[in-house]
Amino acid sequence: MSKITDAREAVMVGRRTDGSLVRRPLSPHLQAYDMLQLTSALSIAHRITGVVWALGLIFLVWWLVAAAAGEGPFGKAQWFFGSFLGVLGLLGLTAAAWYHTLAGLRHLWWDSGRGFDLPTTYLTGRAVLIGTGALTALTWLMLLIAWI
Amino acid sequence: MATFTLPKNSTVKDGKAHRAPSGAKNVKSFRIYRWDPDSGENPRTDTYEIDLDQCGPMVLDALIKIKNEVDSTLTFRRSCREGICGSCSMNIDGLNTLACLKPIEEVKGDVRISPLPHMPVVKDLVPDLSQIYAQLRSVEPWLKADSPPPPDGERLQSKEERAKLDGLWECILCFCCSTACPSYWWNGDRYLGPAVLLQAYRWIADSRDEATGERLDALEDPFKLYRCHTIMNCTRTCPKGLNPAQAIGEIKKLMVERQG
Repeated sequence: MSKITDAREAVMVGRRTDGSLVRRPLSPHLQAYDMLQLTSALSIAHRITGVVWALGLIFLVWWLVAAAAGEGPFGKAQWFFGSFLGVLGLLGLTAAAWYHTLAGLRHLWWDSGRGFDLPTTYLTGRAVLIGTGALTALTWLMLLIAWI
Repeated sequence: MATFTLPKNSTVKDGKAHRAPSGAKNVKSFRIYRWDPDSGENPRTDTYEIDLDQCGPMVLDALIKIKNEVDSTLTFRRSCREGICGSCSMNIDGLNTLACLKPIEEVKGDVRISPLPHMPVVKDLVPDLSQIYAQLRSVEPWLKADSPPPPDGERLQSKEERAKLDGLWECILCFCCSTACPSYWWNGDRYLGPAVLLQAYRWIADSRDEATGERLDALEDPFKLYRCHTIMNCTRTCPKGLNPAQAIGEIKKLMVERQG
């Protein structure tokens, strides 16, 4: 017998008409459910952007360490962040950071016991999406103005 | 542990197709999950073409028509056909709902029907609910009070106290919400899920119940309560328009408030 680690294993055993045991199938979940509905889509996006943001901070560390290490390494870092891939990554990181911040505020509001009704949930959900787009664009507009 | 794919014995194959009778003008395809414990085979999706001109308006009408006229082996739970018994909960067109309350015309394209998600299948559209019933029992969903009721009558509530139970007592335990919750899919062995937590809150919120502290103690657990991440699929899918996510939010609030 293998060790049972999930209590639900007990209900995975069924019987055939003749009384013999049969292992029951697990009903489709991700395969059947509408995962693109706003509720669960924004929730998983909150997690993903959290991970992306955390990983992105590694690049910030690299940039700072490079700056401390001297002109040579810093030049390399600067070259990377100025390259197409670097700019694209920074753009994605900005969007992820803004999304995670706004969705985090939405969670904070829920934690205060408010905004649970469905119309408000959809309103705040759409606001997070629009806000992410707007604030990312604004951030880059300011960056570009400061750059040029 | 979260496993995003289905086990080998659970992947769904293509099944049989039952064509509509010739001459049918208003045909809709119903793609229905089938599993027969006696067959020794994997689940399959059977397609039934139904003439909607000869069928009632709800998905349950179509299922009953299929069972009566096309394929008597199709197995599903149903009873009241008016959204009060909670028997015919299933996944229709990607969302959990009651087949008796879901109009066929709301579904664009083929009507995909499968059992409540991430549950052991007894047969076809019938899931095994014993785990979730055990979880419901664990929150002791009944009135608990040490003080005796008044000798000359029942325990009274003010209108305001009674109003706190609105949106809670209407739950019919169809478990559409719990089986719509990804958190319940991955951690349903220890997380109680939205339906059971709404029931727990129904008694916490009851002014006549005297076991509030005890009930909160029992829920103070990283899994039982706090696997709720406010995904909101529960509220989105509830066929009775209730708000399990809000009930869970209220419990979380009480947990914080009582810490003082």
